[in-house]
Amino acid sequence: MIAMLPRLAGALAAGIVALFLSPAWAQEVQQPLTFPIKVPEQERWSFAGPFGRFDTAQLQRGFQVYKEVCANCHSMNLVAFRNLADPFGPAFTTDQVKSLAATYKINDGPNDAGDMFERPGRPSDRLPAPFPNVQAAASANNGAAPPDLSLMAKARAAERGPIWTVLDFLSQYQEAGPDYIHALLTGFQDPPTGLKIPDGTHYNPYFLNAASLSMPPPLSAGQVAYTDGTPTTVDQYARDVSAFLMWTAEPHLVERKRLGFQVFVFLLVFTGMMYLTKKRVWAKIPH
Amino acid sequence: MEGHATYQPKGRFAKWFESRLPIVGLVHSSFIVYPTPRNLNYWWTFGAILTFMLTAQIATGIVLAMHYTPEATMAMNSTESIMRDVNYGWLLRYLHADGASLFFFAVYIHMFRGLYYGSYKEPREVLWMLGVLIFLLMIATAFMGYVLPWGQMSFWAATVITNLFTAIPLVGRAITTWLWGGFSVDNPTLNRFYSLHYLLPFMIVGVVALHIWALHVPGNGNPTGVSVKSKDDTVPFHPYYTIKDSFGLLVFLLLVAWIVFWVPNSLLAADNYIQANPIKTPPHIVPEWYFLPFYAILRSIPNKLVGVIALFSSIAVLFFVPWLDTSRVRSATYRPIYRQFFWIFVLVSIGLGYLGSQPPEGGYVVAGRILTAYYFIHFLIVLPIIGLVERPRPIPLSITESVLAKSGMPAAAPAGGVPQ
Repeated sequence: MIAMLPRLAGALAAGIVALFLSPAWAQEVQQPLTFPIKVPEQERWSFAGPFGRFDTAQLQRGFQVYKEVCANCHSMNLVAFRNLADPFGPAFTTDQVKSLAATYKINDGPNDAGDMFERPGRPSDRLPAPFPNVQAAASANNGAAPPDLSLMAKARAAERGPIWTVLDFLSQYQEAGPDYIHALLTGFQDPPTGLKIPDGTHYNPYFLNAASLSMPPPLSAGQVAYTDGTPTTVDQYARDVSAFLMWTAEPHLVERKRLGFQVFVFLLVFTGMMYLTKKRVWAKIPH
Repeated sequence: MEGHATYQPKGRFAKWFESRLPIVGLVHSSFIVYPTPRNLNYWWTFGAILTFMLTAQIATGIVLAMHYTPEATMAMNSTESIMRDVNYGWLLRYLHADGASLFFFAVYIHMFRGLYYGSYKEPREVLWMLGVLIFLLMIATAFMGYVLPWGQMSFWAATVITNLFTAIPLVGRAITTWLWGGFSVDNPTLNRFYSLHYLLPFMIVGVVALHIWALHVPGNGNPTGVSVKSKDDTVPFHPYYTIKDSFGLLVFLLLVAWIVFWVPNSLLAADNYIQANPIKTPPHIVPEWYFLPFYAILRSIPNKLVGVIALFSSIAVLFFVPWLDTSRVRSATYRPIYRQFFWIFVLVSIGLGYLGSQPPEGGYVVAGRILTAYYFIHFLIVLPIIGLVERPRPIPLSITESVLAKSGMPAAAPAGGVPQ
């Protein structure tokens, strides 16, 4: 009788688990649904997987999209011009970075006379923000300050649930951020009939927190003139700028994966040797 | 530590020194010739793994502290400057942040091992209670460390957890204000959390030393639960367990490397890459995975004060486990009923963890209440009753006998469901 108890308790526990795993509970929330309405597609990225690397040409195009489109409203406070010369990143030449920085006006000072002054940018400067402060950014953008983009590719991710979390861990899927940015930038569309969205917002089923967001669709075909013959489509722009934002969020990604492979191979060999030594040491002792 | 003083200093200096401070002899008797049961399985390597992780956390933490600025407007930028501009700063930070997760992963295995093999039973009650104390200190340390990058989740975790103290009748508000150093979580809170986050690990080191001391007085338990009876039952710690622990540690480090180098952000909340914003609450405030079961217990009780009491009781109850378990048999290997309830308890803990990650609504609340109730029932009712009614299987006369039976006729191996 007592031996039966644990099985009964086990069956009960399994029943409870089945109860709350069943989708009936999840559908309980009525309109307007849970967010995001659509889960982003998984895209192919050159920097995915154990040997992932950034595609230099793609990062340079992505920077171009950022500079000509996104930078009108979004800051990039954590990135300095000098970072653009990173050999594992966009890999611009030092001269390119110098002349690029010089095209910007930077506020500096105070000088010896106590005055603030403007000077041309230097590689050590951070990319200047489009607005002097958050309040100015908000007031120029319908009350919603455009967020800084430096960490965007790590700061946004759609929930994937417990099973995917485990699978992603094994498959090394770490690209939920760029997938999300790509999906959001290409996902603007007309709202389904009957769905009301607040005035001044734009419907996007991929947006994490609501059915619509304040940002208008930022990209349109042909908007940025690529010089390397890459198609100038919205999808391509979104892809390139997402890759660029992954680099700004994780500038040492390539070094990390490279060192990781070396460390892992070393540890595997070391572990194997330690196992054989352990077997040898214990050989004569039954345990 | 307990007088296996077989160390003979050889040189003149060694003799001179040993007669003044017998520390070499102490190390020799505690970690070289220390008699250890010969049948410890790989679940026993987690003690060494935890010691390594504690040391690694302190080492990476000290270097991180050299580059970090504990000030509300600068904390996040200084963390990012570690990630970007400090040489191998990204490696240090990921080792430290993911290391905290792995530290808890290892400590949970260590604790469940103790529950399975009855490691808390006479004469190891104090050893177990010191372990629970270490666990408490780890919780405090990890929580305060999580606040330091001052991201959205840092800030709101600090807000939610410190707000628990407002549930205390009469003085709750005053205590919370005192903890905050102001009227909300702000720069003074960050400063004191930083100070305490640096202090507590060294207190953990101190309690770990007591933990090892308390271990070396009765000696290690072992998978059979039978006490050491003769010299045949043991092997010297070195080389047998130095090598076995090293192998276990290396396997664990493979997991560390996988996470730190390839999926470092899988254990970190995306929201914590957003600067703390006191006027914008994130849609879901979720703690790190290792706090989720306790978070589920807290949330499943509608009354705040009772919820907080349940939260603290869920850990406090562990202190009483040595007396709640009425069985004289240590190892679950010989306890057919307890063994099944043990695994149910493991599943319930994992279930609570899952519920802690879900929004507190609908069926999740009901399930959370049932599992919370079961968590306490396991300790307060199941443990005492099984010990009284269960009929244990025959226990081997000695460690050596069980080992020889196992190597002689593998079919009769007693360790059901347990590796090795």
